[in-house]
Amino acid sequence: MNTVLNSNRPLFFCPGCSHERVVHGVDRAIQSLGLQGHQVAIVSDIGCSGLFDTFFNTHALHGLHGRALTYATGLKMVHPEITVLVIMGDGGLGIGGAHVLASCRRNLDITLLVLNNFNYGMTGGQCSTTTPASDQTASNFLNKLEVPIDICRVAAAAGALFTEKVMATDGALAETISRSIEFPGFALLDIWGICPGRHLKKNPITAGQLEKKMRTSGGGHSVSIGQDRDLPAEEMEVSVREEYGEHYRRLAAVTKEPQPLIEIESKFSPLTHERTEVVILGSAGQFINTIGEILSIGAMSSGRWVSQKNDYPITVLRGHSISEVVVDIKPITYTGINKPAVIICVGQEGVDRRRKMFAEADADTVIIAFPDLTLPVTGARVIMCDGGNLKLKKGQRGIAALAVLVQTGLILDCDMLNNAIKTRYSGMMADVSLEVVATILTPSLPPEIS
Amino acid sequence: MGSVFLDGNEAVARAAILAGCDFFAGYPITPATSIFHHMLDFLPPLGRVCMQGEDEIASIGFCLGAAAGGAKVMTATSGPGISLFSEQISFAIGAEIPIVIVDVQRLGPSTGSATKGADGDIQFLRWGNSGGLPVIVLVPVDVKDAFVLTLRAFHFAQKYRCPVFIASNKEVGMVRESVDLEVFSGLDEDKGCSCESESLKVVNPASLRTKELVRLTSSTHGVDNYITTDPQVIGDAILRMEQKLLSASGELCCMEVDANPGDSTLLVTYGVTARAAAEALISLRKQGYGVSLLVIKTLFPVAEGELKSEMKGKEKIVVVEMNRGQYVREIERLAGDIPVHFYGQMNGELITPASIVREVLQ
Ligand code: SF4
Repeated sequence: MNTVLNSNRPLFFCPGCSHERVVHGVDRAIQSLGLQGHQVAIVSDIGCSGLFDTFFNTHALHGLHGRALTYATGLKMVHPEITVLVIMGDGGLGIGGAHVLASCRRNLDITLLVLNNFNYGMTGGQCSTTTPASDQTASNFLNKLEVPIDICRVAAAAGALFTEKVMATDGALAETISRSIEFPGFALLDIWGICPGRHLKKNPITAGQLEKKMRTSGGGHSVSIGQDRDLPAEEMEVSVREEYGEHYRRLAAVTKEPQPLIEIESKFSPLTHERTEVVILGSAGQFINTIGEILSIGAMSSGRWVSQKNDYPITVLRGHSISEVVVDIKPITYTGINKPAVIICVGQEGVDRRRKMFAEADADTVIIAFPDLTLPVTGARVIMCDGGNLKLKKGQRGIAALAVLVQTGLILDCDMLNNAIKTRYSGMMADVSLEVVATILTPSLPPEIS
Repeated sequence: MGSVFLDGNEAVARAAILAGCDFFAGYPITPATSIFHHMLDFLPPLGRVCMQGEDEIASIGFCLGAAAGGAKVMTATSGPGISLFSEQISFAIGAEIPIVIVDVQRLGPSTGSATKGADGDIQFLRWGNSGGLPVIVLVPVDVKDAFVLTLRAFHFAQKYRCPVFIASNKEVGMVRESVDLEVFSGLDEDKGCSCESESLKVVNPASLRTKELVRLTSSTHGVDNYITTDPQVIGDAILRMEQKLLSASGELCCMEVDANPGDSTLLVTYGVTARAAAEALISLRKQGYGVSLLVIKTLFPVAEGELKSEMKGKEKIVVVEMNRGQYVREIERLAGDIPVHFYGQMNGELITPASIVREVLQ
């Protein structure tokens, strides 16, 4: 195989920089796997290691500091056939920590090489998340205040199935990189190196000494899970976790087609001949949003234009729920309420929320309400809904109120309402709702409800 | 053909699918979340990808990575998410990565009111990137617009290889309305895309399926997409990225004008406020006032020529926005000697037709 190094772009690191070793290690690993440049994408981070993509004749993405894994993720999801290698320093590891953890959990087939030289080289030797507290850095005493992280342990805890530490100077570097690329899931290599440009002078150490430190740190070679060992059953389950992309495609393949848009045909003669505004005031759990939708569909079935605006707190299971519906003979302009023709009151929280509206309403406005609600003083005409002798559940009040609206002759007739209920609901919900409507609109029938 | 009943967020998602969106990634945020839910309903059954990022930085990052691989991508968020997107937006501009970004605006600053509408991000969308190069910002008035402009946004993103924003609003994204089914049934002229213009040509083939290598970089670069410090190369690249949009402002321009000859006042607005303005216009004309209405749907790049020609001959311009005065700055710099009156409201409520009438008559 031929090298994938870019002969037009000679390496540009300080003499003795460990990064140079890694460049050659990556090149040999790619060759040994029989990959050609166009089968590989190198996603580089920021800092000295951010130059990596320029040295290779592969696809290359060089973006923001710490975010390399995010691009790699999107790229791998749309091109599963491409080998995606992410190169970042210990700086990128720190600023992009959330993405490292998420990548470990996700197990998408990406290989992350952390070029760990224990400082921010390019910007002048500041401390990073891996700098030992005893080191001298350009961050003065600040690194003494925090403990360095061992990324392999953090990654393993986050669910990474392949984590290994290796020295940049290790003769087996290329072979280790190959194995990490071959691993069918997220693989993280913590590659320890030396930065003569910014860190070595104040923190003299030889490669041999650093390697010794690595071994005693509990890291050392081959921390990979999932290949050897006797793991307890539950951990084993984690270790055989499916690769994210394959898993996604398998689950996506059995997802159901989404619902198409429901076409509402205009088949009834309209009752409204000008802009008509309705406000439905209720409480959480009264299906106010759906009641507004049924009213809207009903009006649409008579060829009218409709808009529906809902108002409810973030806590959807508590508090007010309000729906504002505007019906017009032309496309709706202003979606707010100027002067409501109808105020439907089904829950006290909604009524309390819009007290001002009651004070402002005059005899042109009809209020449909239930006897147990406390209504503010109003000049509007109030129609009480007694539920047609039905014992209405709280959630059925909205439908009952729409039946009373039919009796006013203002917007919907019985056919429009029934048609809208059948359009919006199916099964039990439809049956019960139709029955509530029938009972209210035909008071002579015996009150029965299933 | 009958009509359908849906909100602006669903319209955006349906348009994206029709435009051939291959990849969506989002992070839950009110009032944009339902776009994510719709995309999650639509994309997987089509064998396409929808992901939830660990944060907004990740979700747009996923999109940019997928776009680098040639996918048509979209993400959606609200103001707080746009803030986190900011540096990635700069990357998309500088590396010329096509992406559609939906901002369903809510009342800020910061966390603000999650369920209240506003148009407070308008200049932020334009200028919220390092370097200040132009972007495209489209703003829908209603659900139909949300659909049509999203189709157009995909087209523009591919053609100009840049971020295209849909500056929606909670009051469009989460308000349902009836729309002719016809609107959703077919593609209009926005179908497909091309990049014929030589001056716009970018080097990236935007597909990793060929042997041709794709390079994208956030560093200053020339046509070879390698980092460079050559002032000439850098300057040329910046100029090209700026001019590809500024010189196309006419083609990108989308606006609606309701004017009668001899009108003395021009009412200017955009987004959901245009709906109240339409009502205000009727009432003003009934009272005998000569008022024209200009509804701008492409906020950026500013269609300077088109806007100036609408302002010509007017005695007064009134700008109304759901913020404390953002786009009025563009109008003021184009208005010359014509006095510009501004009315803005930022309290989570819609601006009413009555208040617009009052401001015009002031
Ligand atoms: S500053 Fe350090 S990391 Fe950067 S090139 Fe020099 S030695 Fe290598």
